[in-house]
Amino acid sequence: MMRDKYKRPAISADASGKRLTTSAMIASIAGPDQPTRSAPFGHALAALAERRPDIVGLTADLSKYTDLHIFAKAHPDRFYQMGMAEQLLMGAAAGMAREGFTPFVTTYAVFATRRAYDFICMAIAEEMLPVKIVCALPGLTTGYGPSHQATEDLAIFRGMPNLTIIDPCDALDIEQATPAIASHPGPVYLRLLRGNVPVVLDRYDYRFEIGRAKRLRAGADVLVIASGLMTMRALEAADMLAAEGVSVAVLHSPTIKPLDEAAILEEAEREGRPVIVAENHSVIGGLGEAVAGLLMRNGARNRFRQIGLPDAFLDAGALPTLHDRYGLSAGAVAKTIREWLR
Amino acid sequence: MSETTPLRPNLSLAERAYRIRRNALRMGAVQGQGYIAQALGVADILAVSYFHALTYRPNEPQWEGRDRFLLSIGHYAIALYAALIEAGVLPEEELETYGSDDSRLPMSGMAAYTPGMEITGGSLGQGLAIAVGMALALKRKASRSRVYCLFSDGELDEGAVWEAAMSAGSFKLDNLIGVVDVNYMQADGPSRGVLDFEPLAPKFEAFGWFVQRVDGNDIDALVAAFDAARHGDAPGPRIVLCDTKMAKGVPFLEARERNHFLRVEPDEWSLALAALDAGRPA
Repeated sequence: MMRDKYKRPAISADASGKRLTTSAMIASIAGPDQPTRSAPFGHALAALAERRPDIVGLTADLSKYTDLHIFAKAHPDRFYQMGMAEQLLMGAAAGMAREGFTPFVTTYAVFATRRAYDFICMAIAEEMLPVKIVCALPGLTTGYGPSHQATEDLAIFRGMPNLTIIDPCDALDIEQATPAIASHPGPVYLRLLRGNVPVVLDRYDYRFEIGRAKRLRAGADVLVIASGLMTMRALEAADMLAAEGVSVAVLHSPTIKPLDEAAILEEAEREGRPVIVAENHSVIGGLGEAVAGLLMRNGARNRFRQIGLPDAFLDAGALPTLHDRYGLSAGAVAKTIREWLR
Repeated sequence: MSETTPLRPNLSLAERAYRIRRNALRMGAVQGQGYIAQALGVADILAVSYFHALTYRPNEPQWEGRDRFLLSIGHYAIALYAALIEAGVLPEEELETYGSDDSRLPMSGMAAYTPGMEITGGSLGQGLAIAVGMALALKRKASRSRVYCLFSDGELDEGAVWEAAMSAGSFKLDNLIGVVDVNYMQADGPSRGVLDFEPLAPKFEAFGWFVQRVDGNDIDALVAAFDAARHGDAPGPRIVLCDTKMAKGVPFLEARERNHFLRVEPDEWSLALAALDAGRPA
C-alpha cells in the first residue's frame, strides 16, 4: 500500500471542526479522564536499583524519551550515555553483562529492531546475557510516521532465539514487569509506554508474571486475546459491547514470547468461542500469528480473526486519528467485533 | 605475563610464535583449509600477547583478575586456539578435533564453546563495542585488568567500529587496548581496493586514541608497542596497528595470491610444516 504522492488535503475556509494536529513525538495514549502515572518504568527502575547494585542504565541519546532520566537522576554514577549509536549501545551492554552487571538499555523500538538487530542477536541473545532492552514507541504510538513507528518490531524480534518479549498494558504492568525482567536470567525486550501512562489493571485481580496470560474479564460470546495497549482498548470495547448485550472475554497476554500456550489453549477450547487477537502491531508476525499458529498446531477449530495494523507504512498524523483509521481505538475494536459476530 | 608459571617458561617469544604457527598448521591439516594465512600472520602478535603482555591463569580461564582478550574476528579462531594451546588453556590433543563435529574448537570462535574465548566474534565489527562495555564495567569494579580487542583491517569497514572508537575516546578508556591486524586482505580482495581505510593512524588519533603503528611480525617492535600501550600515561584508549604479512613463516604460502581463505592441497601441509621448521628460530 502506497500513499498518493504529494496528495493535497482538502482545505475549506469554513472548517466546522479544527483538524487534530500531530502532537509531540510521544503522544499520550491516555483518554481524557483516564487516571495515569508518570514515568512508571523510570521510577520502578530507580527504586529497584536501590537494592540491586548490579543494575546499570544505558541509552542512545533518548533517556528523556524513555523515562530513563528518572533512573539517571537517582543513580547518576550508574547511568551511561552512549550517544546516538545503537550498535555500540547493544555491544557495550553485552560487555557490561559479561562482567556481571544487569544493563537496562533504552532507545526507540524502531532503532533497536531495525538498526541494532545483529548486535542484539549475536552479542546478547546467543550468549544468553541478561540485557534488558526497553524501547519506547512500539507499534503505532507516535504520529511521526514510519521512521518512528515500530509496526513490525515483534515480527523482527520473535524469530530471535533466547529473547523474551514483553508487551505491557499500563503503568501497573510496567511497574511489576520491571523487577520481573531484571530477575529473569536472559535477555528481554520490553515494549515501553512512557510519559503519563494510563492505569487500568488496578481494577482487576491481576499481577504481572513473565510467561503468563491472565483472564481479566469473562464472556460467553467472543474471546479477545490482547497485549500491550490493545488490552486496554479491548476492555473498553468489551464495556461498550456489554451495553449491547454482547459478552466479551478478555485474555491479557503481556508475554509475547514465550507465549502462555496452556492458558491460551484452555481459554480458546472452552466453549469454542470465536477468537480475536488484538495487537498494536502489524498483522504479520506478531501476537495474532503466534496465537493462530498455536491454535492450528493444536487442532483448535475456533473462528479466528486479527485486529492489528495493516502491512503498510502508516500515515503521519494525530495519534487518535491514526488509531481510528487503523482500527486500534476502542470504538474501532468494538465495531470490528460487532460486525464480525453479526 | 601469565600469573602462574607457564609451561616451558624459558622459551623465547620467537619460539612461542613458531609453536603457535605450528599448532595452526596442524589444525589446518585436520580441516584441509581455513583461515590459515591469517593465523600465520598474527602468530607474533599472539605470542607477545599471551607470553608477554596478558595476565591470566591457564587453568582458570574465567579468573576475575585476568586481562580480557577479545577476538572480534571470529574467523581467526584457529589462531587463538593455537595460542591457547601453547598457553596451556587448551590441551594440545584437542587440536585434532578442530572444526570437527562436537569439537570445542569450531571454525568461527564462540564463547560458549571454548575456554579462553571471551566473546562470540564472527559477525564482524562487534568486538570493539563489547570491549567498550567491558572496559567501562572493569572501571566500575575498580579492577586493574585491561581489555585487549584484536580486530582486523577488514572490520574497519563496519560503522559500529567507529561508534565504539568514538565512545572509547569519549569515555577515556585507558584500560582498553585495541590491536588491529592490518594485512591488507579481505574476502573480496585487497582491503584498500574494497574500502580504503588509510590513513589509519590519524583516524584513531582524531578519535582520541594513543596510536602506534608497527611491523606486526617484528617481535621486538611488538613488545615495545605493547609495553607503551600498557604502561604509558596516555589519558585514553590505546591502539597498536600491526602491519602483518599473510601466511608469514611459510614462504610458498606467503607468495600465494588471494589467500583470504587459503586452499592448501593435501600434500602441501607437510611441506608447509617443513618450510616453517626451516625458518624456526635458533
